[in-house]
Amino acid sequence: MTRSGSRRFRQILLHAVLGPLALLWILPLWIMVVFATMPSNAIFSPNLNLIPGDRFMENFRELQAATGFTRTLLVSIVVATVSTALSVMLTSMAGWALVRYRFKGRAMVIALIFGTMTLPYFVVVIPQFIMVARDFGLSNTWFALIVPPLFNSLGVLFMRQSFSMMPHELFDAAQVEGVKEWQIFTRIALPLAKPTLAALSIILFLASWNNYLWPLLISNQPEMMTAPVALGTLIGFTRVSWGAIMAGAVLMTLPMIVVFIYLQRFFMSGITAGAVK
Amino acid sequence: MRRKTGTAYGFLSPYLLVFAIFWIWPIFYSFWLSFLNTRQPPYTFRPDMTWGRLFQDAAFLNAMKNTFIVLLVQVPLMIALATLMAVLLNSRLLKARGLMRFAFFAPVVVGEVAYAAVFRLMFTAERGVVNKTLESIGLPQVDWFSNPTAAMAVLMMAVTWRWAGYNAILILSGLQSIPDDVYEAATLDRVSPVRQFFHITLPLLKPVILFCIILSIIGTMQLFSEPFLITNRGGPAGATETLGLFLYRQGFTSLNFGYASAIAYTIAAIAVAIAGLNLLFGREKA
Repeated sequence: MTRSGSRRFRQILLHAVLGPLALLWILPLWIMVVFATMPSNAIFSPNLNLIPGDRFMENFRELQAATGFTRTLLVSIVVATVSTALSVMLTSMAGWALVRYRFKGRAMVIALIFGTMTLPYFVVVIPQFIMVARDFGLSNTWFALIVPPLFNSLGVLFMRQSFSMMPHELFDAAQVEGVKEWQIFTRIALPLAKPTLAALSIILFLASWNNYLWPLLISNQPEMMTAPVALGTLIGFTRVSWGAIMAGAVLMTLPMIVVFIYLQRFFMSGITAGAVK
Repeated sequence: MRRKTGTAYGFLSPYLLVFAIFWIWPIFYSFWLSFLNTRQPPYTFRPDMTWGRLFQDAAFLNAMKNTFIVLLVQVPLMIALATLMAVLLNSRLLKARGLMRFAFFAPVVVGEVAYAAVFRLMFTAERGVVNKTLESIGLPQVDWFSNPTAAMAVLMMAVTWRWAGYNAILILSGLQSIPDDVYEAATLDRVSPVRQFFHITLPLLKPVILFCIILSIIGTMQLFSEPFLITNRGGPAGATETLGLFLYRQGFTSLNFGYASAIAYTIAAIAVAIAGLNLLFGREKA
């Protein structure tokens, strides 16, 4: 076989493996979209039909009647937006302090933050629940949905990495000119960290948007349920049809897919930032 | 770096406040709780009802067994698949790269509840997509959620679908940091692509793959939403009950905080031990 012939053969083999695998991988999402647009009797008809129908609005109306889904989406949007903003603020301030200053207890703070990074969430969720739901009596409040999940080491890690790669002479020069430390942080360092801030915001927003266990524990009244919790109450029961459940799944997933397509670069750097050094 | 303890803590304090209240304190509190009888107030010191009960509890041992099955079967398969995806996606011969990447990476943004719903629907016994497909190619249909082995298989397929792409992203970034001239030299020496993969690519990828394995172990130890939603609360009859789900039941259905805390610390200990072993093992062979 000639050299270009073997190259051609390898190329065909590559696509013969990867193509079908990619189709298989996209299938669950395609099924989600198709079934969100079908009446239940079409979903369970004897022959397989994977062409989208035109019943999305009917399915959505059924979902809306059962759960008030638009309200739960609104709760999810507010929770994800506020907690992302707060978390980015807290972690970038902390990351800045660790890069810019030498202070007593620095080594211990670093050890505490990163030492607890891989600790399973289950170790803290029980006391969090006892505190928030029982001691404070704050179930079904914005505080309960937003504040306890705020803590993350990942943000500090990202921001610390980003600040430490900036030229420090810049900050020192500003300091000599009498610029306050807070302003050096907000006017000079933060604007320089924009790409990292974008990647971090996307990752945190996604995590909050999809968070299930904590909101499940802390919100049981319909008006304070997030979209995943509300949708979860329908799975496994025959209260609403599968078409309506799929409509909810699409409404939760599609916005994130769109964001993913447009901001893929930030997604990738957000996911890989912690892993490869 | 400037010596300014006051200013430093000014920047750190909001973060440390949340950290202290919602992480540090709970870490100690749940450890203390794990020795208490929390069935009714006042809580009393009864480690025999938490730690003492743990290894005699058939339901706990069952959840442990199921979790280890996922660890031993699903995690290696998923990491192998993710490596394959990454290597193939990295090939210069690939057309439609953007579309292919999208297909594998899109599940990363899909929430647990949404994908749980889809998998539950796809594997429905009565005229579900999967059974209809099996029937159309002449294979017997499977009662996915009534058969213990089949239910476990669905659980593993679902988790693999959701996380293989995530791991592939990490491995791909590792691949892209391998310099091209390594391969050019090997090609000049007439080393076959397959041997290049096993003797150059895999050894260089080892740190990233190890990182993926550790993340997957920690994730598997906490597996909750999938058995809760897809296989209907760990069904059939506990066949897919994981440690995460067992903890949820004890802690938040029975409200037995003491016992649940003992389970939480067991999960943490196992995760740390396995991750540590992996790191040791990985170093030795390097």
